[in-house]
Amino acid sequence: MMALRFEVLGRFNRARAARLTLPHFVCQTPLFMPVGTQGTIKGLTNDQLEDIGCQIILGNTYHLALRPGAELIDDMGGLHKFMNWKRALLTDSGGFQMVSLLHLADITENGVTFQSPVDGKPMLLTPEESIQIQNKIGADIIMALDDVVKTTITGPRIEEAMYRTLRWIDRCIAAHQKPGTQNLFGIVQGGLDPTLRDICVRGLVDRNLPGYAIGGLAGGEDKDSFWRVVAQCTAALPEDKPRYVMGVGYPLDIVVCSALGADMYDCVYPTRTARFGSALVPEGVLKLTHQVMSSDERPIDPTCTCMVCKNYTRAYIHCLVTKDAMGSQLLSYHNLSYMMRLSKDLHMSIVEGRFPEFVQEFLRVQFPKGNVPEWVCNAMEVAGIDISSCCAPFSTSSEGQFCKST
Amino acid sequence: MRFAVSSSSKACSGNGRARAGVLYPGSGGASASIETPSLLISTRKGLPTFMSRDLMASLPLPHSRLLHVSPLNFVECPSMKTISSIGGLHQMLGLQDFFFVASARDSVQSLPESGATNKLGASFETPSGRRLVKPSDYMEMICSLKPNLWASLADEVPAWVSEKRNKASVDRTIRWLDDCLSLDEAGGTSILGSIVGGSNIEERKRCAIEAAMRNVSGFWIGGFGQGESMEERPALLNIVTDSLPKEKLRYVSGLALPEEVLQGVAAGIDLFDSTYIYHLTLGGFALIFPLDILENNSANQQHSDIGSDCTKINLRATIYRKDTSPIVDNCTCFTCKNHTRAYINHLLNVHEMLAQILLEIHNTRHYMGFFQSIREAIKCGKFDTFRQNFIDGRRAHITSAAVCL
Ligand SMILES: [Zn+2]
Ligand SMILES: [Zn+2]
Repeated sequence: MMALRFEVLGRFNRARAARLTLPHFVCQTPLFMPVGTQGTIKGLTNDQLEDIGCQIILGNTYHLALRPGAELIDDMGGLHKFMNWKRALLTDSGGFQMVSLLHLADITENGVTFQSPVDGKPMLLTPEESIQIQNKIGADIIMALDDVVKTTITGPRIEEAMYRTLRWIDRCIAAHQKPGTQNLFGIVQGGLDPTLRDICVRGLVDRNLPGYAIGGLAGGEDKDSFWRVVAQCTAALPEDKPRYVMGVGYPLDIVVCSALGADMYDCVYPTRTARFGSALVPEGVLKLTHQVMSSDERPIDPTCTCMVCKNYTRAYIHCLVTKDAMGSQLLSYHNLSYMMRLSKDLHMSIVEGRFPEFVQEFLRVQFPKGNVPEWVCNAMEVAGIDISSCCAPFSTSSEGQFCKST
Repeated sequence: MRFAVSSSSKACSGNGRARAGVLYPGSGGASASIETPSLLISTRKGLPTFMSRDLMASLPLPHSRLLHVSPLNFVECPSMKTISSIGGLHQMLGLQDFFFVASARDSVQSLPESGATNKLGASFETPSGRRLVKPSDYMEMICSLKPNLWASLADEVPAWVSEKRNKASVDRTIRWLDDCLSLDEAGGTSILGSIVGGSNIEERKRCAIEAAMRNVSGFWIGGFGQGESMEERPALLNIVTDSLPKEKLRYVSGLALPEEVLQGVAAGIDLFDSTYIYHLTLGGFALIFPLDILENNSANQQHSDIGSDCTKINLRATIYRKDTSPIVDNCTCFTCKNHTRAYINHLLNVHEMLAQILLEIHNTRHYMGFFQSIREAIKCGKFDTFRQNFIDGRRAHITSAAVCL
């Protein structure tokens, strides 16, 4: 059973634009999900999130289970009602947070054991428990508990984690109490090993899940390995199901992954970088903390139509950032607006049949000197998008690997 | 800007010195007329601490267009040259249709430091250190920021300074008023003459009379909330307002709590700034006191909110963990229309900034409602009853503190 509809509205080679109908909202893909760890996106109200076109937000099961607790959220009628968010929600399994936040987490066949941050007692998160908690939270999409290992780790541990993830998916499916209203996504593991990834994808596809995520990436692996795993998985996953690349949030990565056929992304980057005073702009990143900003009377991004860019100058925001709450409020607002606009542009350009032009323009603005990284060029070749017009005629090897135009 | 008193003690014997008035902002800035007594919403660098312009939209108009600004918030940046070039405060903040009233201190980040003030200028503690501001510096700020109304530079001193120091503060404040007037390119059309004098009745009177002799649009009364007692305050306020022309605007700083605002209104003050909302919000408090104070027989008030002093509740308290009601039933603010006490309790527990955003919206809305009730009471000539009811309500609470704690 599944509680979503995924209709592809347009394609360009592997890239696709779709309408993803979830219980609480009809989304357009490709889409970016801001991370609302504790039942709120830092510094924005729900109205503001709707104003900037946010369709779905991510809640962290581990944090929500600690505070306010799954029981309380259940008593309040679920997370949608508790935070009064009318659009879609996704929750992660909680496993990744434990492994990344708690030094004492240990994974056994039964589940993830960890020391309670509240009272220090040993606790156990099993696949069954993760799903039970996520059923109580009530998000439109819930994630299977997987055995997460760092992509930079090698050896038998990767294989063990992949097979365990497959064994756990059956326990997750069996534990899922609300398949009619919540969609359980499986997570492809297997590190950077194509054989392991392949076994995992086939194993998950056999389970006929409503959607699939590509996990274990964005953890410090080199970019060439990153895109190759994404490309391999998207090629092997079913055409009629959404594909979610977990933890990916740099605009360039999102463009590349979308060209390779991925649909969904999440990352804390836009809001985290905002709190440190950086703004996302078509050219890359604008550091509002920089002294030259103190007399710059332009908006953050003159091409942006968000509330912040319509009303405030770089000079004013410069005097707020890292000092006043308002600084991170305004920058988070702009950065998420930027991500929403990027998602929409990806969707529209695919639907309107001008996706290659969009990618070319995106790269031209990000890399005005034509120094497009080589991994991007390699990925675009696989995606069937000609970006030679964005690349400089001569590669400069001293600054890393760039593509050559042909 | 134009100001007119619409009802005063002459017309309504139940109002004492309290008066209702109308502020006509005129061209530039807010256009709708604004009734007084009214609250100037506190800002940090020109914006309410946690509300950008879109978040202010659920606050009632036109009164939410009245903002207080401290020019000293901009001593570090942007430079006055940049602010001027952007076009002043309204342009820089995206608040073209708002009405800004400036005075040097904001009671949170820019505090008068009388010990370091000298004959050249007033000293302030700011986040970027201690700053000595001369009248010429101050006028450069005013000139660049272009607030709709602004108070002349004052030498504010705490209640405990010597007679001699207090007298010097009056002399300097009057001299600096003359300096500001002579440096003001607008010729006094938007200047409020500052009045100080500490806890000394004679000095307060002398300062008020001197200020009233100048060509000013109204008056700013400073030096309150600086260590004087609640009891001595009415006499100090009354001697000042009695010495001022009736037809001109009066704005006081430093009277923040509801009881203090009522003291000010009772003395005939028209505008208030208040850090009360800011402090409530940071503390996790939400205002809940009933606003239909005239109708309310305080003795019968229901003290149902445990964990409260019956004017406010602390949403950090565990009793709100599962409370699905809004902060105040029927409140029209964004917070109450969309969120429960339980959700705000959670946001406070996990230190999420949205808690402060939601609390500031509600507390601002509620305090504006309090001022609305004050205006209505004055209009029907019942301010004295209103004030008495409010104070009795508080007293009734204190005696039943065992229930209400
Ligand atoms: Zn923007
Ligand atoms: Zn409210």
